[in-house]
Amino acid sequence: MRMPAPIRLRELIRTIRTARTQAEEREMIQKECAAIRSSFREEDNTYRCRNVAKLLYMHMLGYPAHFGQLECLKLIASQKFTDKRIGYLGAMLLLDERQDVHLLMTNCIKNDLNHSTQYVQGLALCTLGCMGSSEMCRDLAGEVEKLLKTSNSYLRKKAALCAVHVIRKVPELMEMFLPATKNLLSEKNHGVLHTSVVLLTEMCERSPDMLSHFRKLVPQLVRILKNLIMSGYSPEHDVSGISDPFLQVRILRLLRILGKGDDDSSEAMNDILAQVATNTETSKNVGNAILYETVLTIMDIKSESGLRVLAINILGRFLLNNDKNIRYVALTSLLKTVQTDHNAVQRHRSTIVDCLKDLDVSIKRRAMELSFALVNGNNIRGMMKELLYFLDSCDPDFKADCASGIFLAAEKYAPSKRWHIDTIMRVLTTAGSYVRDDSVPNLIQLITNSVEMHAYTVQRLYKALLDDISQQPLVQVASWCIGEYGDLLVSGQCEEEEPIQVSEDEVLDVLEGLLVSNLSTPVTRGYSLTAIMKLSTRFSSLNRIKKVVSIYGSSIDVELQQRAVEYNALFKKYDHMRPALLERMPIMEKTATNGPSETVQTNGETDSTILDTKHLPSISQPASQANDLLDLLGGNDVVPIIQTTVPTKPASAGGELLDLLGDLSLTGGPTPTPASSVPMSQPPFLLDGLTSQPLFNDIAAVIPPMTAYNKNGLIIEFTFERSNPNPNIAVITIHATNSTEADMTEFVFQAAVPKTFQLQLLSPSSNVVPAFNQGSVTQVIRVLNPQKVRCYCEPRTHSASYRSRSSEISPFVLKHLQKSDECLSGAKLNIAKLKLRAASH
Amino acid sequence: MIKAILIFNNHGKPRLSKFYEHYTEDTEQQIIRETFHLVSKRDENVCNFLEGGLLIGGSENKLIYRHYATLYFVFCVDSSESELGILDLIQVFVETLDKCFENVCELDLIFHMDKVHNILAEMVMGGMVLETNMSEIITQAEAHNKMEKSEAGIAGAPARAVSAVKNMNLPEMPKNINIGDISIKVPNLPSFK
Repeated sequence: MRMPAPIRLRELIRTIRTARTQAEEREMIQKECAAIRSSFREEDNTYRCRNVAKLLYMHMLGYPAHFGQLECLKLIASQKFTDKRIGYLGAMLLLDERQDVHLLMTNCIKNDLNHSTQYVQGLALCTLGCMGSSEMCRDLAGEVEKLLKTSNSYLRKKAALCAVHVIRKVPELMEMFLPATKNLLSEKNHGVLHTSVVLLTEMCERSPDMLSHFRKLVPQLVRILKNLIMSGYSPEHDVSGISDPFLQVRILRLLRILGKGDDDSSEAMNDILAQVATNTETSKNVGNAILYETVLTIMDIKSESGLRVLAINILGRFLLNNDKNIRYVALTSLLKTVQTDHNAVQRHRSTIVDCLKDLDVSIKRRAMELSFALVNGNNIRGMMKELLYFLDSCDPDFKADCASGIFLAAEKYAPSKRWHIDTIMRVLTTAGSYVRDDSVPNLIQLITNSVEMHAYTVQRLYKALLDDISQQPLVQVASWCIGEYGDLLVSGQCEEEEPIQVSEDEVLDVLEGLLVSNLSTPVTRGYSLTAIMKLSTRFSSLNRIKKVVSIYGSSIDVELQQRAVEYNALFKKYDHMRPALLERMPIMEKTATNGPSETVQTNGETDSTILDTKHLPSISQPASQANDLLDLLGGNDVVPIIQTTVPTKPASAGGELLDLLGDLSLTGGPTPTPASSVPMSQPPFLLDGLTSQPLFNDIAAVIPPMTAYNKNGLIIEFTFERSNPNPNIAVITIHATNSTEADMTEFVFQAAVPKTFQLQLLSPSSNVVPAFNQGSVTQVIRVLNPQKVRCYCEPRTHSASYRSRSSEISPFVLKHLQKSDECLSGAKLNIAKLKLRAASH
Repeated sequence: MIKAILIFNNHGKPRLSKFYEHYTEDTEQQIIRETFHLVSKRDENVCNFLEGGLLIGGSENKLIYRHYATLYFVFCVDSSESELGILDLIQVFVETLDKCFENVCELDLIFHMDKVHNILAEMVMGGMVLETNMSEIITQAEAHNKMEKSEAGIAGAPARAVSAVKNMNLPEMPKNINIGDISIKVPNLPSFK
């Protein structure tokens, strides 16, 4: 059965254009595809070309066309030029490098590279240069090299670019093209010159040997450039009055690479660069393109100081240009040079700051980056004023970057503490919802450490709260400060500004307002409740506080409820400990100075608990242990990896809390015998199978396998490996086995990491853990820890029965308080640096 | 290196897409959509550079575009290309198209996709600029077309004849011809339908 002749491409396009809806178009295309497929099946040679052309059109519209791949090959093998042309076009558009058809193609291309017609040779070169795989490049490099030496400029320029592709795919073939490069620059044809310069650039960038070899070409390149700028009008190469700007730009780029770090070459090109910089007509874009490239070259090579000043001044002129594109490249290149020629760039500061007000977002972004680069101790006040104003008015896209830029700059150059605190508060009020998670603990640390500013800060923050409670980070910091320094607030002893008169009840009203406000996040509520609790030792309105705390004992928010229950217990059973526990925080020591990782890495909900941990030194506990724990939490020293399985304690032994801490401190050093400072009878901790140990250390240690979880018949074991190319990646393989009589179904292993980490959970081998240890589920987790923060792993299970008893115990519990048996189904041992959750149902 | 050259109209319909790095068909379409989204929301009087979308490599790459009447010409390039230079290249490309098609318009690109590709192939190869001399590009592209035409003239004749026969609109042939008692069965000739 023969098909009717397939419709022409033209008709197809016309038909498709009549489609009124996407669905209609899809239907037409599907119909046509079916026709094309059957035509392909019939091995119809006459219309193959037409069909592939239609496929290519559909491919452009986004419809699948891969079934035409083999047909492209058949077209390439055809004798007709028309067929070849569509075939090669199809090959470039439809084939990818991993196709097996490449093997078949290599032969066709080889034949065509030796074809008698230059256009067929050109097609073959073009295709090889676009999509040749490394195998193809290896097989055909010889032919390319041959064509690179031909006198036919049409083929020679294509061969040069093809050689670039070959070198990119198979760098070791580079040597092969070296002899052919000898005469490339003496070529007159600009196309060949242009592509030759591209080839030389590629070779220089890839190998230092080539770079030093080609340095001898500098005089020749200078001569070509000189001819270009000196030669009069040549209609062939003229673009808006300038002779072949594309070639000039390419040569300037190559000169930059050759002159970088080399005195002689730089010396040899100084003159011509000055000539280009002064002689280029800049009324059109092309002229500016050359000038821009010249400036970049001057800045990169070891050029004379006069020339560098000239270059920066050109950029300064660019900044005032009416063309936005020119302003954009000026900002981009000033950003590149700001490190080396800081003072020269500094001179254009006001122009740069003006660019912050530009309407164009691309320019704004560059101007913002450059402004931050220009901030220093001398201009910080002025620059910050501009940048804070910018933060106020800029698009939401910019706020996060701008805020963190201001934080960094303020930390580096703050002229006074008060200024620093004011600046950060200003950022939090204007762009609070865009700041990073760690800015809250950062600011709290800053405030704690500026002892003389406490009264001032708490007053400012209190006023800010009265104005606006929607900016969560600000509200959190404010709550924390009011909790800590509430007594200073009501005493009204502010020296820095006019003190305000506030009563205790007013303060508590505000904090309670936060607890009920719809604007507050759960974390904020946690901050607020803790603040209220702290005020119980600073204010006299004890009954009111007790009442608030007991109300939240039945909150539906588990976190809040738990806090409230714990605080309630503190009021009832351990009232004698309360003042000591809620004492003011000591000054925090900076632990390290490597950027944001220095401060507590938080993971959303754990913010406040981490801060609470800092209470520890003030708790009536043996100092040595508390210090051990602090070491563990904050110290940067290397902790040896010791598996610390916490045993179940007999019920009679009091002070489990201390034992627990003691066990923990194994990772820091030997445990001193816990002094029984708080005698009380506690139920035993159910800590079977719970381990805590650092997973990462600063040294690349081999981590022994560990049993992460062993309970109710489910055993989860971790084995560790450090990923080879990147030692910051730990590869953790989990093996879960089940010794019970029933299969565990719907087994899901979850893991969570702090934001500075990256976690990749690969798919598990199964979601059923077979009974009687008859098999295991394995899963691979990859954790990237770019900042080399130490972390801890803390497994726990969630199951329906546990959940119903409000299972998640915050670290807080273990730190201060005792808890009832029901509460205890899992426990965190220390700050969650890494939470790994095993969930079994 | 030029990573991709895209042409789409004001509604985001692709008119040409050429990728110099391999992506899957789906990703290519997503890149076109993402790029259109990024470029189309920009005002007319802002600069012609912006950072690339996430799919094509984020801020490593730049999108350099020009907007002509109904069409956007977008080049996605990495840091080794001069932004201003690419802007000129787009201009050369458009002027070349204009000369080849005589006042080029969107319809020309739609109906001559293969020709546009061929012109582009004479200008950019494997993500690198091959030739910027407009008259040279046009000469080569025309030489290609001439070769195709001459093939269509000689070698194409039989093909045209076949298609002419196939497309002939023959009247319905009688299936059964009865002449008195003799009935002659004519076999089905579906190819002549």
